[in-house]
Amino acid sequence: MINNVNNLCRLLFFALFMRPFMLIMLGLNVRNRERLPEAGPAVLVANHNSHLDAITLMSLFPLRMLHKIRPVAAQDYFFRNPLLKWFALHVIGILPIDREMKSKRTHPLSGINAALKRGEIVIIFPEGSRGCPEQLGKFKAGIAHIAKHNPEVPVNPVFMHGLGKALPKGETLLVPFFLDIFVGKHLRWEGDRNHFMETLSTRMTVLAAEGEFPPWD
Amino acid sequence: MNLEILSPEVRWFLISIGAMLVLATVIVQTLIRLKPGIDLGSLTQRVNSWWMITGVFTFAMVLSRNISLGFFAFISFLALKEFLSLIPTRRADRRVLFWAYLAIPLQFLWIYLEWYGLFIIFIPVYMFLLLPLRMVMIGQTQGYIRAIGTIHWGLMLTVFCLSHTAFLLILRRVDAPAEVPGVGLVLFLVVMTQFNDVCQFLWGKSLGRSKILPKVSPGKTWAGFLGGVASTTLAAWQVGPFLTILDAGQSLLAGLIISIGGFIGDVNLSALKRDLQVKDSGSLLPGHGGILDRIDSLTYTAPLFFHFVYWSFHWHTFGAGVGK
Repeated sequence: MINNVNNLCRLLFFALFMRPFMLIMLGLNVRNRERLPEAGPAVLVANHNSHLDAITLMSLFPLRMLHKIRPVAAQDYFFRNPLLKWFALHVIGILPIDREMKSKRTHPLSGINAALKRGEIVIIFPEGSRGCPEQLGKFKAGIAHIAKHNPEVPVNPVFMHGLGKALPKGETLLVPFFLDIFVGKHLRWEGDRNHFMETLSTRMTVLAAEGEFPPWD
Repeated sequence: MNLEILSPEVRWFLISIGAMLVLATVIVQTLIRLKPGIDLGSLTQRVNSWWMITGVFTFAMVLSRNISLGFFAFISFLALKEFLSLIPTRRADRRVLFWAYLAIPLQFLWIYLEWYGLFIIFIPVYMFLLLPLRMVMIGQTQGYIRAIGTIHWGLMLTVFCLSHTAFLLILRRVDAPAEVPGVGLVLFLVVMTQFNDVCQFLWGKSLGRSKILPKVSPGKTWAGFLGGVASTTLAAWQVGPFLTILDAGQSLLAGLIISIGGFIGDVNLSALKRDLQVKDSGSLLPGHGGILDRIDSLTYTAPLFFHFVYWSFHWHTFGAGVGK
């Protein structure tokens, strides 16, 4: 019952607010949309520029899949106040991750593994934080851990451009820009951690090079 | 509904535009059936986008005056957003860009208020003076002239120039104050501008040999340009007296202005794209490219045609709210 209410909230939020907002204020240019997973379990790996990254990626999926899509987000940031916590957990449906690893008992990534077992599509930003807007940071190795534990799950790299200009870290004023989203071919765990990380970052760099973006400095 | 103020001529004209699209669709579909070998994907997309553009535009024009104004404001917003996404911008200038966007609702507010005086100087004077102030307050001087120059240039082209189309809608003549000549004038301007684009393309494809501006737009030829000017002027001469308050002579002149102006607007944007090394300005309209690719000619024809019309008649709207 509670779940149904949450799903309805999320559906309404996306259908009535996020999608029109994306369409009108920003505007999406998605390349190779057909590479997005049609069903879970799957992992989307994206670069992180803005608060809007996760909801932008979520809005790429059909509304009927919305309840299956779970962005991973930092617990220390989103649990700061009760309202934000409620919104993050129930409307967006984040998978909270404990960056400070306060509880030693459970592995910080166990929630992600469980979500994948349930057949959900998990969105991960392996740069760790939003970092320097519109600059690709180094990926953390947690993503390799997830792939290793879920070797059958496809991992799609996605490169996003524009949100770091529209709403970068530390800014509250939104300035409209068109967004470019490049969906890459998926990869799977092949047994070697370094190999996996290298393949992933190479694909990401290739995706980033696909678009010719005007300088922003 | 605006339908009752639409003259029968405007209605007939809209119907014939629909008929032309049906014809274009039939031709493309027949070509696909007859010659399955050649790839006509982009042509099909192009015609489909034309259906969408025509449909949205017709609705925006027919529903009510305020919806039409809102529609043009939104087109300006899309065009400015596309422009600002296309050009190099400075991280520090986000707030300046935000102010540039704010010019859109204000510019269309002046039109709504029928305030010609402010409409005509707001962006060229007040925004021109305000944006540097905002940029100076941020304080980054490296790349200053390029940043302020490109932002204001884009604002002039995508908001100021385009908004002249919307101002046509509220014009009313002194000797016929009840009449709303704007719908016919806007239809004439927009359709002739797009017709000219298509004609220049077709003439250039079929006859074109010697290039007119090889460094800017290698696809454009003298035959395309001259053929476009001739066809558009001829069409304007025929359509103008029927659709608008212009007589045959004025329509002919308007056709000349639109066809030559449209060409300049087109190559102006081509030069911009060539400089930025992009083929299309965006991907909003499948088969056409971005919104700027579609309205490039209109950025020139709108103000030129507007002033031609403005000086050809006596209008009510010479000052603040005189027309009320």
